[in-house]
Amino acid sequence: MGFFAGLKKKLRFLYRLFLRKDKLKIGIYGPPNAGKTTLANRILRDWVGEIIGTPSEIPHETRRVKLREGVKIQVDGKSITIDVVDTPGIAAKVDFHDFLKYGLSEEEAKRRAKEATEGVIEAIKWLDDLDGILLVMDATEDPYTQVNVTIVGNIEARKLPLIIVANKIDLPTASPARIKAAFPQHQVVPVSALKGINIDALYKAMAEKFG
Amino acid sequence: MVMEVNLISKEKLSKMGSMEKIRMILDSVKEGKIVVLETGLTPEEEAKLIEVTMLEIDHQNFVGIELESYPQKEKSFLSRILGKRQGRMTIIGPANKLKTLEKREDLIRALIT
Repeated sequence: MGFFAGLKKKLRFLYRLFLRKDKLKIGIYGPPNAGKTTLANRILRDWVGEIIGTPSEIPHETRRVKLREGVKIQVDGKSITIDVVDTPGIAAKVDFHDFLKYGLSEEEAKRRAKEATEGVIEAIKWLDDLDGILLVMDATEDPYTQVNVTIVGNIEARKLPLIIVANKIDLPTASPARIKAAFPQHQVVPVSALKGINIDALYKAMAEKFG
Repeated sequence: MVMEVNLISKEKLSKMGSMEKIRMILDSVKEGKIVVLETGLTPEEEAKLIEVTMLEIDHQNFVGIELESYPQKEKSFLSRILGKRQGRMTIIGPANKLKTLEKREDLIRALIT
């Protein structure tokens, strides 16, 4: 990274520190199938009574960044207004054969794979325009994946406020403790976005971290 | 089956720019080779590598990469001041040939097929 890129990042950090915006852009990131859209839907349903997308068991269901502006969250007398940015899952490989087992035709699977690659690029580019990140990890999976490590590294390099959302705690094999052990330097909030379990703790953490 | 593994030294990597490293990695991986970088990539370079990989996936011969590295160590006082970040040992290969079995803070177990 060049001198000017580093300087730009430092200036952006100072701008965020001293010139707080009325509205914050909060990106929802994570690997495919971690529950990003389910979480975005939960936040929007709770605060504005709508949803942003339809989750699916087929990976890379979200292939374009989706934005919902002006979501006001109020917790314990504190309120923040955020733009929710739901991003496609980040991956280093996209193989159309993986979609065939979900019953997609070869043509559909190839189209989905192509759109998924474009979505990954878009998600990475959005990192430069955000004020905070909710990084969603599937608490039933090993959190120590390269995608998670790379995303956390990029968030740290940009000095963005980060909350790790340990999702799917309604499932019996979920282990938020494993996520906490893998990323001890960051705040981890265990939730079930699907069932709404512990979601108030996440709103409280968001108001404290991003507000 | 014969697999070529390229181990790239810290000295060679230090003389290369970010895009030069990414091009070298992807050219090797697309030829079916495994690349091991002594000092790895910065998080920004890893993100750029993923971006360029996405652009080059052709859905037939190249479906992406398997990339594994150790997480960054806490930065020293000097590197904090200079803002320099350096990656750690990293292994990269074609997604259809390199499979990670286990990854821990100080151990990466991978299978090359």
